[in-house]
Amino acid sequence: MNLHGVKAIYLFEMARTWRTLLQSIASPVISTSLYFVVFGSAIGSRMVEIDGISYGAFIIPGLIMLMLLNESISNASFGIYMPKFTGTIYEVLSAPISPLEIVLGYVGAAASKSIILGLLILATSRLFVDFSIAHPFAMVGFLMLTAVTFSLFGFIIGVWADGFEKLQIIPMMIVTPLTFLGGTFYSVNMLPPLWQTVTLFNPVVYLVSGFRWSFYGVADVHLAVSLGMTLLFMLLCVGLITWIFKTGYRLRT
Amino acid sequence: MSDIIAIDGLSKTYESGFTALRDVNLHIRKGEIFALLGPNGAGKTTLISIVCGIVNPGSGTVTVDGHDIRRDYRAARGRIGLVPQELSTDAFETVWATVSFSRGLFGKPANPAYVEKVLRDLSLWDKRKDKIMALSGGMKRRVMIAKALAHEPDILFLDEPTAGVDVELRRDMWNLVRGLRERGVTIILTTHYIEEAEEMADRVGVISGGQIIVVEHTRTLMEKLGRKELRLQLAAPLETVPAALADLNLAVEADGYELVYSFDARHDQGDIAGLLRRLGEQGIEFRDLRTRESSLEDIFVDLVHHRGTGDQ
Repeated sequence: MNLHGVKAIYLFEMARTWRTLLQSIASPVISTSLYFVVFGSAIGSRMVEIDGISYGAFIIPGLIMLMLLNESISNASFGIYMPKFTGTIYEVLSAPISPLEIVLGYVGAAASKSIILGLLILATSRLFVDFSIAHPFAMVGFLMLTAVTFSLFGFIIGVWADGFEKLQIIPMMIVTPLTFLGGTFYSVNMLPPLWQTVTLFNPVVYLVSGFRWSFYGVADVHLAVSLGMTLLFMLLCVGLITWIFKTGYRLRT
Repeated sequence: MSDIIAIDGLSKTYESGFTALRDVNLHIRKGEIFALLGPNGAGKTTLISIVCGIVNPGSGTVTVDGHDIRRDYRAARGRIGLVPQELSTDAFETVWATVSFSRGLFGKPANPAYVEKVLRDLSLWDKRKDKIMALSGGMKRRVMIAKALAHEPDILFLDEPTAGVDVELRRDMWNLVRGLRERGVTIILTTHYIEEAEEMADRVGVISGGQIIVVEHTRTLMEKLGRKELRLQLAAPLETVPAALADLNLAVEADGYELVYSFDARHDQGDIAGLLRRLGEQGIEFRDLRTRESSLEDIFVDLVHHRGTGDQ
């Protein structure tokens, strides 16, 4: 195994994060903090409790998930798209490094960044809202699983994209709406029965529900279903990436 | 010398339907400088890209030091360094970081002393902390070479290394190539400056229309296909070539003041004395004479043009 190669890609990608600290870390932390200020402290104080949890505390897992999904996709898609855009991808393609090792480097770095951000936002949110974590290990597990899964998804988008517009279109047009409608700001049980059924087709519901369970022990859907759906999506991404490297799709002509 | 790269029956057709390579057979010998010449679109870059792993091969086989580029790609690619034609660099990285990255990517542990040597050899040491975006085009080209050498390759591909490079850098680059060859590195280069290939390369391969037309030692190729000219400055002008000399390949130029004799560089060396004797018999006097041998460029143009005409 070319561990030096994996390390080189990983450190190269992480170096980009430290180089652009304001954009990579400060910006998502600040924007998520604004959600806490507006929905948690200002509006949240006038809202009723949901499942016995204050509204400010209720939205924390969903907001972390919202940021985690967007950042994982954005980091991983940008990581592989930029070498394609600048032409430096030639070096990765000509190196003695396997597809698995390439993915480990790029996706590992993207997921690491997202996890660091998730933990930073979690710490920041404690400044605005009082909450506790019922299952801390499960919380970290969910955080990691989601970060890796959506970084894999971002990697696919980065390979597929042949312009900056395409790089943004799926996160903006699909992922963000699904996150907002995935129970970030409300419990699925608050919806009319028909919409409760419709919303179960939204994969983000399972992520938010599982993550919220790790905080408060309450969930919209059963924990096993949440885990199962996340793992299923991860396997789908792994399958697609395997196909990409097998065929050379948009990487090798 | 044993072969370090063996390409046999290699063909490549892109998804668009364009056939870039047709049944290419080419063996590169260990330690040589090999120049691959060909017009634009001849298939040079496709050939290099397949050997280096950037383009999927079609049919045929390619081995690098005995390792198949598909089955044993790690061993094959680890031996190769590539300097591509395009100046593709990580604009925001420093010179040191990008060269160190290349070394790691190719599976080598960090070796600051070696990276320093490469940077010094390429006059990049003073720029090691500079971001690549701040460098001139020539300096960026040096960085590309440093990246290709970072993992101590046995084989170096240089795709148009001197395109858009000033005279000084070009000279430095060829000195570096000579130094690498002395250390046993095999060098395969493409260039549009054919005089460079003539000066540098041990062997030359000409590719046109996706096919290798000829592979030969540079000197042998020039002897085989080259022509010579003998130009005689006449004391008195001639209107036409005298009928008594019509059996020779002669032409009158410079308003009749120059008689040009063209002959095969390999076969007709002995006829110069005969020509001069016969000129004397005809009473044709000359003041000066000089010979000119056709360059590799002349041969290249002839080969490619002949091929193009033949294909039509």
